[in-house]
Amino acid sequence: MGDRYNIHSQLEHLQSKYIGTGHADTTRFEWVVNQHRDSYASYLGHHDLNNYFAIAENESKARIKFNLMEKMLQPCGPPPDKHED
Amino acid sequence: MFLYSLSLQRATGIVCATYGNFTGGKAQEIVVSRGKVLDLLRPDDNGKLQTLLSVEIFGAILSLAQFRLTGSQKDYIVVGSDSGRIVILEYNKEKNVFEKIHQETFGKSGCRRIVPGQYLAVDPKGRAVMIGACEKQKLVYVLNRDNAARLTISSPLEAHKSHTIVYSITGVDCGFDNPIFAAIELDYAEADQDSTGVAANEAQKHLTFYELDLGLNHVVRKWTEPIDNGANMLVTVPGGGDGPSGVLVCAENFVIYKNQNQPDVRAVIPRRQDLPPDRGVLIVSAATHKQKSLFFFLLQTEYGDIFKVTLDYDKDDQVTELKIKYFDTIPVTSAMCVLKSGFLFAASEFGNHSLYQFQGIGDEPEVESSSATLMETDEGFQPVFFQPRKLKNLVQIDEIESLMPIMDMKVANLFEEETPQIFSLCGRGPRSSLRILRPGLAVTEMAVTQLPGVPSAVWTVKKNANDEFDAYIVVSFVNATLVLSIGETVEEVSDSGFLDTTPSLAVSLLGEDSLMQVHPNGIRHIRADGRINEWKTPGKKSIVKVGCNRMQVVIALSGGELIYFEMDVSGQLMEVEKREMSGDVACLDIAPVPEGRQRSRFLAVGSYDSTIRILSLDPDDCMQILSVQAVSSPPESLLLLEVQASSGGEDGADHPASVFLNAGLQNGVLLRTEVDMVTGQLSDTRTRFLGLRAPKLFSALVRGRCAVLCLSSRPWLGYIHQGHFLLTPLSYETLEYAASFSSDQCAEGVVAVAKDALRVFTIERLGETFNQTVVPLRYTPRKFILHPRPQGHSLVILESDQGAFTAEERDANKKEAVEAAGGEENGKMDTGDQENGDGEENQDPLPDEQYGYPKANSNKWVSCIRVLDPKDATTSCLLELQENEAAFSVCMVNFHDNKELGTVVAVGTAKDLQFTPKKQSNGGFIHVYRFVDSGRALELVHKTPVDGVPTALCQFQGRLLVGVGQVLRIYDLGKRKLLRKCENKNFPNTIIAIHTYGDRIYVGDIQESFHYVKYRRDENQLYTFADDSCPRWLTASLHIDFDTMAGADKFGNIYFMRLPQDVSEEIEDDPTGGKIKWEQGRLNGAPNKVDEIIQFHVGEVVTSLQKASLIPGGGESVLYGTVMGSVGALLPFTSREDVDFFSHLEMHLRQENPPLCGRDHMTFRSAYFPVKDVIDGDLCEQYPTLTSELQRKIADELDRTPGEILKKLEDIRNRII
Repeated sequence: MGDRYNIHSQLEHLQSKYIGTGHADTTRFEWVVNQHRDSYASYLGHHDLNNYFAIAENESKARIKFNLMEKMLQPCGPPPDKHED
Repeated sequence: MFLYSLSLQRATGIVCATYGNFTGGKAQEIVVSRGKVLDLLRPDDNGKLQTLLSVEIFGAILSLAQFRLTGSQKDYIVVGSDSGRIVILEYNKEKNVFEKIHQETFGKSGCRRIVPGQYLAVDPKGRAVMIGACEKQKLVYVLNRDNAARLTISSPLEAHKSHTIVYSITGVDCGFDNPIFAAIELDYAEADQDSTGVAANEAQKHLTFYELDLGLNHVVRKWTEPIDNGANMLVTVPGGGDGPSGVLVCAENFVIYKNQNQPDVRAVIPRRQDLPPDRGVLIVSAATHKQKSLFFFLLQTEYGDIFKVTLDYDKDDQVTELKIKYFDTIPVTSAMCVLKSGFLFAASEFGNHSLYQFQGIGDEPEVESSSATLMETDEGFQPVFFQPRKLKNLVQIDEIESLMPIMDMKVANLFEEETPQIFSLCGRGPRSSLRILRPGLAVTEMAVTQLPGVPSAVWTVKKNANDEFDAYIVVSFVNATLVLSIGETVEEVSDSGFLDTTPSLAVSLLGEDSLMQVHPNGIRHIRADGRINEWKTPGKKSIVKVGCNRMQVVIALSGGELIYFEMDVSGQLMEVEKREMSGDVACLDIAPVPEGRQRSRFLAVGSYDSTIRILSLDPDDCMQILSVQAVSSPPESLLLLEVQASSGGEDGADHPASVFLNAGLQNGVLLRTEVDMVTGQLSDTRTRFLGLRAPKLFSALVRGRCAVLCLSSRPWLGYIHQGHFLLTPLSYETLEYAASFSSDQCAEGVVAVAKDALRVFTIERLGETFNQTVVPLRYTPRKFILHPRPQGHSLVILESDQGAFTAEERDANKKEAVEAAGGEENGKMDTGDQENGDGEENQDPLPDEQYGYPKANSNKWVSCIRVLDPKDATTSCLLELQENEAAFSVCMVNFHDNKELGTVVAVGTAKDLQFTPKKQSNGGFIHVYRFVDSGRALELVHKTPVDGVPTALCQFQGRLLVGVGQVLRIYDLGKRKLLRKCENKNFPNTIIAIHTYGDRIYVGDIQESFHYVKYRRDENQLYTFADDSCPRWLTASLHIDFDTMAGADKFGNIYFMRLPQDVSEEIEDDPTGGKIKWEQGRLNGAPNKVDEIIQFHVGEVVTSLQKASLIPGGGESVLYGTVMGSVGALLPFTSREDVDFFSHLEMHLRQENPPLCGRDHMTFRSAYFPVKDVIDGDLCEQYPTLTSELQRKIADELDRTPGEILKKLEDIRNRII
C-alpha cells in the first residue's frame, strides 16, 4: 500500500511540475487544450514556422506571435460544463 | 544512397539582434541570430556592414541579449536557444571565435512551452539575467566575477508562476538597488475552469515586477498591476540617475508608461489615415538611444512607421508626459539597433537589411500624440492620424542583401553561361523580387578606360617599399610600354624612367626604392636618384620569362637558359648564377621574400614537357633542382604563395604559414601543391578545373592577406575566409592580365586589362557564395515556370497578396492622399524634392517598397500573372486578376488533340479565399492561356470554374491533371472550357503537388506526404497503389526517379522515399496493375507502403527542391531553398570509402566540437525523425576552425594528416560548387 501511495505522490509531483502530464481522469478537453498550447509554444519557438505563417497570412511576424499568444488563453473555447457529464 | 549535406548560402534573414562592444574597443558590433547561425557584424569606416564571424550552432536561437559587468570594457552575449541551456559567450578578437564562458542546463531541449529560452532580460547593470519560457517558468541567474575577474554565474533562482502565459520580459533600470525584472503575464487558470466563458473574457493581463534580493539570494514577486489587454512588449526606461526608471508597455494602439508608485501615463500611437478602423497598431520592434543627458526610444509599428517616444519627468522622477512623434518609415524590422556612431541597423523581417545614418533626431515639428492631449470618448480613446512621408531623419547608407523568403527556385542555364543560374522568387508584398543567383563573388567596377591599342600586360608599382599606395600603372603593348601615374587622376607620364619604346615583361619595385623594368632585350634598373643601370642580353638571345620579388630576379632566355640576379648591399643588381634548362621555359616564379629574411629560397620553373621543377636559390646549392612534379599538361603560369593552410584565428597565429605552389595548366586546370619549407619537396596536390583557357595567376591582397587571382575563361579568386580556403569565380568579364591596385580611393583593388580597356575593380562581401541580379516584382511571388521561346526563355510568374487593394484602388488612394497632404505642412517636402528629382521614379512620393501596401480586409486578394524575359529583366506581359481571384498553381500543357493551339499555360486560381475560421473559398478557376507575340505575352483562351481551389496542376499524357482539395482529376481541353475525364476523390486533405513519369502519378498531399497513383487508360481509372506511413506536411517535392520522390515538410525536414524494388516490379508486371490488391488496402491507406531512405532535419522550412549541377561536368545534387533565405545542397556520395571517411569525421567532430549553443548535434539533425544516411557537411566544415592540436588528434584517429582532411573537405565542396 505504501508503494502505491508513493507512486501516486510522485505522479502528482510530475503533474504539478510538468504541465500537461496526464492522469486517469484527464478529459478530452484538457488533453486537446494542452496539445494546442504546446503547439502554439512550438510555433513561437520555431522561428521559421512563424515566418511561414507570416507569409501565408500577410501579416508582420510580431502580429502572428501576438495572435498565437492570445490564442493560448483559450485555444479551444470554453470548457464543457462538468455537471452535464 | 548516402548524401552529403552542405549549406551553399547560409540563412540571410535575421530573427533577433543585439549590439554592444564585443571586441572591447570603441567600435560597436552587432550580433544577429539568423535562426541557426550566429553572426557578428560591424559597420566599417565606409559605413559598410562587414561580417566578422559567422557560426552555425545547430540549434534554434530564440533570443539574444548583451550585458556588461560594472567597470568592464567588454560585453558578453547571452543566448537563449532550444537547447534547454543558457549559454554565455565572449568574442575572442585574436582568434576570431565565440568562446563559451558558461553553459548551464535547466531543462529539456526543444522549443517547449515551459522550458525557458524564448525570452531573455538582463539587468541594465549586468548583475543578473532572467530567462523565461512562454508559460510558467522564469529563471534568474546572478552574474558576478571571481578573484581573477572571470565571470561567474550562480545556480538558478526560480520565479515561476504556473498557469501563466508570458508575453515579454525586460530588466528594469533601478541603478544599483536590487535588480528588478518586469514581465507581462496572463493567468489562464480561471478561464480553464469556467464553462460559461466569462472568466476568459474577463482575463486581464498584468505587469509584474520580480525583484532579485541580492542579499537573500531570492526572487520575489514584488508588484503586480493590471495593464491594457493588448500589451505585447516591454521596453526598459533608463533609471538610476539617468531617467525615471520603470517600463514602457507597448500595447495595441497605445504606449503606456508604468512604474511602481506612479500613475499610468498613456498615449495613443498615431494611425495611418488609410488604415481600416478595425485594425490595431502593434509595436514590433524597439530601440533605445541613450546619451548622458538625453534618451529617447524608437518604436516601429507593424506597418513600418517609426515613432520617437520621449518622456517628460520632474525632479522626483515622476513622469508627467509621454510623447509619441512620427519619425520616419522604413520596411518592417524584426530588430533595430541604434549604434553610438550614429547608425541605425534595421534587420528586416523579410527582404534586404539596411544600415541607416541619422540625419536628425526628429526635432522638427511632426504629427505627435501626447499623454497630455489624450481624449477619451464614448467609443474609446480619440485616435491621432498621420500621413507617412519621405525619409527625413534617416538616410540609407548600406544594404545587406537577403533572399528571405525563397518562395520558389529553379536552376537553369538560360543565359548560356559556363555554369547554370539559380532563379529564385524572393520577398513578400511590395518588396518581392526575382533574384538571379550566379555562383561567384560580386565585383564593383571602379573605372574603365579605353587604351590606344590592345595591351598584353599590366603592373602596378610603388615608388618606395614603405608607401601605402601604388605610384604607377604600367601597361605593356606589343611594341610599346605606357606608364600612368596614380594621383588624384590617372594620367600618362614620361618622366618615370621606364623605357617606353619596347614591350615589357615585368615591372616591379626593387629593394627599398628603385624600380625595375624587364623587356625582351634586357633589364633596366632605375634608381631612386634617377640613375639608370641597363643589363643587356648576350648575343641575339632575348628574355622570354621573368620571375622576381623585391630582392631577387630570375630571367629565362630563349633556348632555356636561366640567369639569376640578386640585389647586393649597395642596391646593385648582380648576376649570381646561370643554369641551362633542357628546353624553353614556359613560366617561372619566385616567392616573395619572407619577413626578416634576405632572400626567398625557392624558384619554380615550368617547362613545356609538362613538368614543374623547384630550384633552390640558396647560396649553398644555388640553382640545384630540389624536386620535380609531372603534370597533365604544360604549365602556363606559376605562383608561389605563402598562405595559412588553415587558421583558427584572424591572424592564424596558431597555425604556421605554408608555401603553396599554384600552377595554371594549359588544359585549364589549377594545381595547388604544398611546398615543404625545408626540403622543397612537393606534396598534397589539389586540382580544380577553372575554365577553357589556361589560368594566369596573380597575387592580390584581400583584407590585408595574400590571395590568388586566376584568370581563365572567367576570373577566380582564391582566398582564406574564416579559416577556409575558398576558390570562387568572380562575376566579371574574361580578363587578360591583372595586378593588385591600391590608391587613395580604392585601398584593395585590382587593375586588369581585357581587349583594349583598362579596368579597375574591387571585390566586396567576401565569403558570399552567390551574387545576385534583382528584378522587382509586384506581389508575393508564389510559383513560376520556364517557357522556352524560339529565342531565349520567358518566365511565367504568379504573384498574389492577401489583404491588399488592387492596383487601381491603390493608385486612386495614393493620389488622394498626396493631394490631401499637398496643402499641409507634410506636403512641402514633396514639392521640394520634386524639383530636385531627376528621374520619373523619383516623382513617386511614397514608394511601396518603403511604405508597404495599404492594408485591406483579409478577405481581399490581389494577384497577377507576369511574363518576364530574364535576359533584359523586362516584363512583357502583366495580367492582373479581377474579382478577388488569387493565382496559386501554374503549369504548361500541350493538349494532345489540339495541336494548333500549341503550348498553353494553365493557371489555377481561388476566388474569395479565406483562411480563418477554416480554409474556404467560393470555388476557383482554371485559366487556360495561350502564348502570343512569339511567347512574350499571354491571351486567355477560357476559364473553367471548379468546386475548390486548384492547388496543383500538371501535364499528363497530353491532358491536364488537377488537384482540387481532396480530388485528383483529369481534364481535357474543350472549346469553351476544360472537360472532366476522370477523377479520384480519395485523397486525405489537399493535393499540393503532382509529378508524373510514364503512367505513374506522384501526388503530394499537404499533410500526408506522397501517394503513388496509376492511371489505367482502358478502364479510365486513377487509383493509389502506394503511400507513406508517416504524416508529412509537405512544402516542397521533387521527382528523383521512377520509384523515388524527395520531399520537404513544414517542420524543416528533407526526406527521400522509395518504392521497394519488388513492389515496383510487381505493379508494373501485374496485368491489373495491382488493382486487386488496391481494393484491399492496408492501414487505412494504399496496399503498399514506401520506404524512407533519406532523412535530414535542415532546421528551416524548405520551400523548393531542385536537381541540378552547379559546375560544368559535375554530378547532380539536390538543391534546396528555405524561407530563411538559405540555399543548400545534398550531394550523393559516389564511393563507399568517402562515406566511411566523412561519417567518421562527423562522428569525431560531434564529440570533440559540440555545437556552440549547447544543442546536441545528433538530436538537432534528428529533431523530428532520426537522421538517416546524410552526413552533415556544415559540421565537417568546422574542422578547419578547430585548434591545431584537436585537428591533429582527429586526423590521427582517422589515420590521415590534417592536410589530407582539409583537402577532402575542399574536394567535396568543389564537387558541388
